[in-house]
Amino acid sequence: MKCSEFLNELTNYLDGALDARTKSELDNHLAWCHNCYVVCDTTRKTIEIYHNSELYELPDDLRARLESAIMSKCCAHKKSEPPTS
Amino acid sequence: MALVRRAKRGDDQAFEELVRRYDRNVFRIAQHITQNREDAEDVVQEAFLKAYSNLEKFQEQSKFYTWLVRIAVNEALMKLRRRKPERTVSLDEEVKTEDDSLPREVADWSPNPEQMYNQGELREILTRTIQGLPAGFRTVFVLRDVEGLSTEETAQALELSIPAVKSRLLRARLQLRERLNRFFQKRASGDGDQ
Repeated sequence: MKCSEFLNELTNYLDGALDARTKSELDNHLAWCHNCYVVCDTTRKTIEIYHNSELYELPDDLRARLESAIMSKCCAHKKSEPPTS
Repeated sequence: MALVRRAKRGDDQAFEELVRRYDRNVFRIAQHITQNREDAEDVVQEAFLKAYSNLEKFQEQSKFYTWLVRIAVNEALMKLRRRKPERTVSLDEEVKTEDDSLPREVADWSPNPEQMYNQGELREILTRTIQGLPAGFRTVFVLRDVEGLSTEETAQALELSIPAVKSRLLRARLQLRERLNRFFQKRASGDGDQ
């Protein structure tokens, strides 16, 4: 397996979306190709670090304000709609 | 689905519960796409209002959350187009990346990034790095890897094919890795900040 072939399958490999035979081929490649091992490992860390990053958490006060605004708008919308028969 | 059915029958308390269940996720997605907090606030409100007023059209063939994400992504992309009219922002166009996705620098990240930077620094690095990705890549990455939608759900939410989602996800992941490498490799090699 070439490194480019490994890279093409990297997403499926990291997502566990490969059949046993292909996974085994990729495992074999990783066992001897240090560069691909590092790329695979740092890509996995990239995913983990973003998944755990808690970027853009919604602060409680803003959340309360948004929820109230949403429900007010929904009520106004309901009142403006003609009743369905 | 019980909450959704109650909301469809006109139970506003059930809809409010849906808002509470998903507003954090919608806000995160919206801010990742628009890169602007005010726009993200607008997107959250508009997305839920649209969901509310179109609830009877929701066919329950997908999860309510996937349907809601689809509405929110469309709203967020519209905001982004208005804010950056000089650049076409579309999920349909093939994003040109040249060779940005191909690994150029290969080095271990050691110690772990969490040990190299404090929380504030790390957050700044992650924010700046993901903001540098094209919107089409950023959106796929956020839905799949930050929000944890499956490939199929991401494809549904973005109206893309599964191969298109996989291709963009691979390039997004590799580009982020390459960009983060500059930060996480540098201090380990003792070069100091850029």
